[in-house]
Amino acid sequence: MEHYNMNLTLKVWRQKNNQAAGTLESYQVKDISSEMSFLEMFDVLNEQLIVAGDDPIAFDHDCREGICGQCSMHINGRAHGPWTKNTTCQLHMRAFNDGDTIVVEPWRSKAFPVIKDLIVDRSAFDRVIQAGGFISVNTGNAIDANSLPIDKKDADNSFMAASCIGCGACVAACVNSSAMLFVSAKVSQLALLPQGAPERESRVLNMVAQMDKESFGNCSNTYACEAECPKGISVANIARMNREYLSAGLSSEA
Amino acid sequence: MAFDAKIPNGEMNEKWSDYKGHVKLVNPANKRKLEVIVVGTGLAGASAAASLGEMGYKVKAFCFQDSPRRAHSIAAQGGINAAKNYQNDGDSVFRLFYDTVKGGDYRAREANVHRLAEVSNAIIDQCVAQGVPFAREYGGLLSNRSFGGTQVQRTFYAAGQTGQQLLLGAYSALERQIALGNVTMYSRHEMLDVVMIDDKARGIIARNLVNGELEKHFGHAVLLCTGGYGNVFYLSTNAMGSNVTAAWKAHKKGAFFGNPCFTQIHPTCIPMSGEYQSKLTLMSESLRNDGRIWVPKKKDENRKAIDIPEEERDYYLERRYPAFGNLVPRDVASRAAKERCDEGYGVGTTKLAVYLDFKDAIVRYGKIEQGKQGDTEASEADAVKLGKAVIEEKYGNLFEMYEKITGENPYEMPMRIYPAVHYTMGGLWVDYELQTTVKGLYALGEANFSDHGANRLGASALMQGLADGYFVIPYTLGNFLADEIRTAAISTDHPAFAETEKAVSDRINTLMNIKGKQTVESFHKRLGKIMWEKCGMARNAKGLQEAIIEIQELKKEFWSDVRIPGDVNNMNPELDKAGRVADFIELGELMCKDALSRNESCGGHFREESQTEEGEAKRDDENFSFVSAWEYKGESDWQLNKEPLEFEIVKPTQRSYK
Repeated sequence: MEHYNMNLTLKVWRQKNNQAAGTLESYQVKDISSEMSFLEMFDVLNEQLIVAGDDPIAFDHDCREGICGQCSMHINGRAHGPWTKNTTCQLHMRAFNDGDTIVVEPWRSKAFPVIKDLIVDRSAFDRVIQAGGFISVNTGNAIDANSLPIDKKDADNSFMAASCIGCGACVAACVNSSAMLFVSAKVSQLALLPQGAPERESRVLNMVAQMDKESFGNCSNTYACEAECPKGISVANIARMNREYLSAGLSSEA
Repeated sequence: MAFDAKIPNGEMNEKWSDYKGHVKLVNPANKRKLEVIVVGTGLAGASAAASLGEMGYKVKAFCFQDSPRRAHSIAAQGGINAAKNYQNDGDSVFRLFYDTVKGGDYRAREANVHRLAEVSNAIIDQCVAQGVPFAREYGGLLSNRSFGGTQVQRTFYAAGQTGQQLLLGAYSALERQIALGNVTMYSRHEMLDVVMIDDKARGIIARNLVNGELEKHFGHAVLLCTGGYGNVFYLSTNAMGSNVTAAWKAHKKGAFFGNPCFTQIHPTCIPMSGEYQSKLTLMSESLRNDGRIWVPKKKDENRKAIDIPEEERDYYLERRYPAFGNLVPRDVASRAAKERCDEGYGVGTTKLAVYLDFKDAIVRYGKIEQGKQGDTEASEADAVKLGKAVIEEKYGNLFEMYEKITGENPYEMPMRIYPAVHYTMGGLWVDYELQTTVKGLYALGEANFSDHGANRLGASALMQGLADGYFVIPYTLGNFLADEIRTAAISTDHPAFAETEKAVSDRINTLMNIKGKQTVESFHKRLGKIMWEKCGMARNAKGLQEAIIEIQELKKEFWSDVRIPGDVNNMNPELDKAGRVADFIELGELMCKDALSRNESCGGHFREESQTEEGEAKRDDENFSFVSAWEYKGESDWQLNKEPLEFEIVKPTQRSYK
């Protein structure tokens, strides 16, 4: 792979805290290698700012290998930037050219208030899980793992749904800030497994109720969430959750 | 100071059940009055917090990430071991125990490892019950793979995302307890000190990372589940936030630090590409099942890998270790790669890489597929096409990750790999009950000096984290807390809280007031360079002595010239990082002292002075069959205490992979 260096203009959302008003600020970075990751480019910029006596840009990140779900940048209008099935931390500067202007903003959603600069509060997701995203089994109660065979197809689909990293890109990508993809992934993972059956109905009802309470928007089937999901979580999960919700609603009224 | 590992008497395979049968219990009414602090929410912390909450204790859990689901356990790829023997290949608790003691190069405590093997099966049961979607066979039963050169298939996995699935299982159990009110969760909080009252750990001082406030929290006991300290090397496969701070504060309050220099260098990571590099990414060890490792026979070779003919390639692992070839343990594979690169045979722009080549595997699998289709006349080109599909099914996500990072297609070009710091076997010294040398202060998972001796086998870190959290601490903690039922919750107005908080606050203010010229990051990089060059894969006395002086000088420079922007009363990631790097600098010095004192090669730790004539690692059981437990005495001053290791069952032999 040929490497090249580039000079870039960055327009980055700066917001001192939750109460303050925010604004886009412009920065220049020079000699950025095409081999750098996007966040390493931010490291370079932050070092530059610190040396100049300015406040560095706050952004969330941790594993830098696309699995923890902590990084969360809206880059040139797309959650996690221009590559598909990719997190911000795995985006590399090869995606850009010398002279480009890159606009970077935080996730935008009422349910994800900005804490500082590009960092948002995603604790709403934890509260949705608290409402039912689990199987109630205390430590020590389990039966032998192989005493419960599970159809490989169901197990595989459950795994695909479970590969959600909880980053919130689905919410950020959605015009309605809907969390349906995130919630449906957890509902599906557990609904597809026999272990999840006893709480199947209460789970979907409670999780959806909490989702609404957190002021996420409704789903209007634009599928932007699936398109921007770094793990390729399928919207088929949303359809499954809708079925689960309907059938749970019917039987709870009976 | 006297210290006791408290290993129960009796036969090896009866120690744990005997212990459980006689351990003190706490009745349910009293559990409600007892408060437990859990710091860190990875596999060990989340499983401990959830289990203790279920039992009825009042738990407070802390993590520095924005959600407990993001702890770095999530990044583990390969799998988790258990002695289920589902494959009917002769596995047993004894074999898992034996392999782990041997793999650790006889520097682990037998009784702990045996317990680990005993509870391994219950972990798999528990995880499946929680809905962890492990890989399954068509009959609906769990699938296993072999891993890290073992002779049995005992590794359970969920594609290349086993850590993620196990952590999300523990996280969901934790969230359930939060919803039930048994656990209170403090995300974006960092523990900055332990509060000691009457020689017992009774709480912590934590910084709220959102508003900068210092908070005082009481607990009858404190559990540190804060992971490893690989980031002392700056570049590692750890997450950016992974740090030693909580463990280091505990160390300075009296907890001994066990085997600090025992670091695992993983052989298959994507090499660094430039000075700006912030972290290294692991490529799962499972790739060595099919990839062949080589370097050019000619020094300073500049041709592309695919242009180098077969006879000019040196498959050095197959040449040096014909019995195990590319599947030698991690420590052996790492050192051999370094040796070739040091000799000038490295590849890529930095010349610090070797090739991991799938060409032969692609052809081999392709021919098998052709055979299945009865197509024996087909061309090699067809075989390659079929073979690529097989490789994609096995390793697709890893190949994709490699291509994203390097921009190169590993189906066409061999991968470039190089060893990187991955795991730390060292950590806080704990006894059989996981209690440190400070009463009421426990360490679980990678944070303790653990069950892996001098080298950890693949797929056993996840096992140990969950064993400690789900199946060990729920018993052993009760043995301590049973004597605490008369201790009423201590108010955080107690002078010990105020004093500790003031000390933390003073340190933060000192850091902020340095107002120097150099960034935190630049100091961290310099520390990492010293550690990697002089306390890395191969070490010698001269280099280690130099490193100690260099680190002491770096420390002085840090405390007089670091620049931290922003202020104390707001979110300030640079300040958080500064505190962590300051602790890494002190730890680095201790690691070098530990490495210097251990004049033997064992496991991941290669002392150049201690090698065989063929250049292989030479362990010295006569002089070094002990755990080094370092006691903090003051600035740059430690006392070495030794816990002798006795091997009743697995008698030490020199490892050979020839």
